[in-house]
Amino acid sequence: MTGVYAALPLWVVMTSLVAALAIFALGESRRHARVAVNLAAAVLKVVLVAILLVGVYLGHDFGFRVTLLPGIDFVLHADSLTILLSTLSALLWLVTTIYAIGYLEGSPHRCRFFGFFSLCVAATMGVAAAGNLFTFFLFYELLTLATWPLVVHRGSAEALRAGALYLRYTLGGGAVLLIGIVALHTFTGTTAFRAGGSIPPESASIAVLTIVFLLLFVGMAVKAAVVPLHAWLPQAMVAPAPVSALLHAVAVVKAGAFGIVRLVQDVFGHDLTAHLGMDHVVAVTAGITIVYGSMRALAADDLKQRLAWSTVSQVSYIGLGIGIGGPLALIGGLVHLVHQGLMKITLFFCAGNLAETHGIKKVSQMDGAGRRMPWTMTAFSLGALGMIGLPPLAGFITKWYLGTGGIETGQYWVVGVLIASTLLNAAYFLPILARAWINEAPADATVGEAPAMLLWPAIITALFAGGAGFLAGMPWSPLYWVEFIAELYL
Amino acid sequence: MNLVYALTAGLLFAIGLYGLLARSELIHRLLAANVMSSAVFLYLILIATAPAGDPDPVPQAMVLTGIVIAVSLTAFALALLRYFQALNARRALEDEADGDD
Amino acid sequence: MTEPAVLFAWCATLLIFVPLLAALAVYLVPGRRFGGALCLLVALGLFVPLVLASHALADAGALHFAFGGHTAPLGIELFADGLALAMLWLTNVLLLAVHCYTNSWLRQAPAFRATEFRALVLLLWSGLNGLFLSADLFNLYVMLEIVTLTAVPLVVFSRGPVALAAAMRYLLFALAGSIFYLLGVALIYAETGLLALRTLSPEALMGPAAVTALAVMTAGLAMKAALFPVHAWLPKAHAVAPSPASALLSALVAKAGAYLLVRLWLGPFATIDSAILLQGLAAVGVAGILYGSLQALRQSRLKGVVAYSTVAQLGYFLLLLPLASLVAWQGVIYHALTHGLAKTAMFLAAGNLIRQAGSDQLDRLAGADRFLGGSLMAIALAGVSLAGLPPTGGFIGKWWLVAASLEAGQWWWALSIGAGGLLAAGYVFRVLRHAMQEPSEPTPVPDHERVTPTMIWVPVALALASIGLGFTGDLLAPWLAIGAPFADTGGTP
Repeated sequence: MTGVYAALPLWVVMTSLVAALAIFALGESRRHARVAVNLAAAVLKVVLVAILLVGVYLGHDFGFRVTLLPGIDFVLHADSLTILLSTLSALLWLVTTIYAIGYLEGSPHRCRFFGFFSLCVAATMGVAAAGNLFTFFLFYELLTLATWPLVVHRGSAEALRAGALYLRYTLGGGAVLLIGIVALHTFTGTTAFRAGGSIPPESASIAVLTIVFLLLFVGMAVKAAVVPLHAWLPQAMVAPAPVSALLHAVAVVKAGAFGIVRLVQDVFGHDLTAHLGMDHVVAVTAGITIVYGSMRALAADDLKQRLAWSTVSQVSYIGLGIGIGGPLALIGGLVHLVHQGLMKITLFFCAGNLAETHGIKKVSQMDGAGRRMPWTMTAFSLGALGMIGLPPLAGFITKWYLGTGGIETGQYWVVGVLIASTLLNAAYFLPILARAWINEAPADATVGEAPAMLLWPAIITALFAGGAGFLAGMPWSPLYWVEFIAELYL
Repeated sequence: MNLVYALTAGLLFAIGLYGLLARSELIHRLLAANVMSSAVFLYLILIATAPAGDPDPVPQAMVLTGIVIAVSLTAFALALLRYFQALNARRALEDEADGDD
Repeated sequence: MTEPAVLFAWCATLLIFVPLLAALAVYLVPGRRFGGALCLLVALGLFVPLVLASHALADAGALHFAFGGHTAPLGIELFADGLALAMLWLTNVLLLAVHCYTNSWLRQAPAFRATEFRALVLLLWSGLNGLFLSADLFNLYVMLEIVTLTAVPLVVFSRGPVALAAAMRYLLFALAGSIFYLLGVALIYAETGLLALRTLSPEALMGPAAVTALAVMTAGLAMKAALFPVHAWLPKAHAVAPSPASALLSALVAKAGAYLLVRLWLGPFATIDSAILLQGLAAVGVAGILYGSLQALRQSRLKGVVAYSTVAQLGYFLLLLPLASLVAWQGVIYHALTHGLAKTAMFLAAGNLIRQAGSDQLDRLAGADRFLGGSLMAIALAGVSLAGLPPTGGFIGKWWLVAASLEAGQWWWALSIGAGGLLAAGYVFRVLRHAMQEPSEPTPVPDHERVTPTMIWVPVALALASIGLGFTGDLLAPWLAIGAPFADTGGTP
């Protein structure tokens, strides 16, 4: 029994993997069975992750290990960082599944869609639970493969183009990452994740370690959409709304950002990273990405595209926090992993509702949207204000910790980046809110809320996002958990 | 004497190789390949001859086997060639560019 | 318990002669059903000697056996090590799969000359088993010729001018290749008086004659294996042959030449370790990987893509020459196994596409998940394995090769392997992209009836097997190391 309990991370991954296979096996026509499998797996996963969360909090050891190659193990484990990503994805998967069932009602290829959708979540769970870089890579690449059919789901020329671009970037990044991982293993003999770093001292020269770090960082940065490796993300928004939501909030970009966290904190350790001077590389590229992404968001008229550029910018808050180092910045970076997910998924759900219900796809069409879809736009506004960092919403918590973290370590430029970014966030979100709530709707505009299956997920995630900020000081808030994580590294 | 055989073998091989590469008509290329084989067989026989004592049986066995193989290959090639010419009404492979279809 | 050597002798004999005799039986006894049943029986039955031989090798390491007690030079010796064992297993698994598929496939092709086809495939099988088990240069020549003489006619079964032209081109290359190889054998015999691989001492093979011999043999084998730049016959022949034959040609026959090259360069000629030469050959291999992949990206037919992919994938064999380590050895064998399974899966699935849609034009794939289901899945899974993406056998092979490159300090090969993998992903996803495309106008769903469940399950099972190899690296590594020409350096810690 203890063996079964200790292997819980494996069961968490298997839940969605088995669900994916079952959905493929059920075929296109058996809709009710598919919905049942989908929801059962999503609920089961939430339960399993909840057990895992309590177990990790109580200090239980979780682990599953098989030798795949001589000297190289497939390892799944659960530490507090695992919990951060897996809780987020388990909760948001449940919500997104409901949303996707409503969204794709009556459209073709649903078997394929939901199969790969589950596979995608299985991969994300694997990324979260991987116990070494090798295992991480397996799931990281599986994630690429599982998301591609979702990105090109519509089968239009535009979707296929976006899919090709997506593959070019992510598989290219994957190849670089692979060489980096093999090099790490060859020269240092390890790819394990351990708080504070797993590379034995003096195992390789500074030059070799620097090159290896850069290879690994580039490999991760592609998925995290760090400038200049970001171009795929704004294109990938041609995917159906639930896919964009998942891609932007929990799956792909988060896998990249999570990888950067693991790389700096658990493989090299922050001390070695700083010794190599790589912490500045991480922080500065993140800073540039934050400002650049926001500026491009300002220029985008397509709503989903604006949100996509916003993701480019916001995800790099995580990298910024990791790069700055120091307890406060680390907390700020890690907590944004959750905050950004909650806020961004809300925004994408709302964008999907606007497009599905009233055909609103561009910012310039949003006049009076607040009166046409009050609940959707309330949720949207909560997400947008959180992104801007209005106290005491979630984005504010992040920015506060990052800013004080920067000051604490004497890197005052960080404050500049944060101010610039906040102003730009306001500049691209406030006009949307102004149009929606203040401007009059066009005379021929239809009024009406989205169907319940589309509306409720947006409201729930908006409440989560609001709660993460308002209740940040309470036990079991994301901030509370991140402080628990940070104890490990300090 | 050996030198004569060796030179002949070399010359035959060169002639055959030239024919195989330079000629386009299939029957010529096939014959050229046969000339090349003969050159190799000649060389093997040359190896087998010892200045004194009994000749070495191994290369002779190799030549015998080689001839059997060469005959079967040639027979098959000739059959294929007849088929090819009947269907294509031409005697050479066209050197179409490497690529699609 | 029988002595491992005796056991091996029996097993090796059966592996060569059973398919040979079965070929005769199929040819002489009329009736399609009999032929099909016999082929399946042979394929299943040969697993017995294969398993026993594996155990013998596990007990005693690499084994030799002389027919009738006649040893070299006049006798015929057989030999097996981890590499030979891997190739024998691959051959048997693929032939079982291809026979299963062919039996179903023939049912809807009454005009197809089934008896001749089956007999040739059985002969080819015997030749391949003989080739992988042969231990002397001349015997290898004979086996190589048996393989050629049975492989070329398989192309002709497609009939039509295109198939004949492709077969003719293949035959000319093969002819030239075998003459070059035989010339090399003659030169070596003249120099050393020896033919058996194990008796050929590397010291004796350092002179100019030996180097010339190596050069002509390498050229000859490169033609047989269709290594870039003497690959021109392969894409045409493999693309036009009947799909089950294409599968065998790509997965096994082309590899036979490459196998022999590796045997020579890492066996008796291992002392020729001029860095420039070895690096140059590997560079040719990489050029082949790049060229083949780029051509595959340009093809408009599925079988064209798969055939050019073979040209590319064969290039990986040459990387073993400069890397020369146990890790690289295991990597190359693993790559060969995965490639064999994945290629066969793809060709058989392409055969289904031709059956259903009438052609293997990539455009026909639009909306293919409506009618191609399992076959499309086989193409996708096999493709992922070919591209070396995890968790597949291709990934394990790639990992080992990259690790070997970095361990040897030759990082440029690691980059080449990375680039090769990306290009492979490129042509695989190009095919899948066609399948994801929504057809512009509602096209009639092609004929379901012409594909039986067996024809779908065989490629799916092979594709799954090529993925399954991704989980057996640790299990198979010691088997591949049996009799490897490199000491176990303990691997990486």
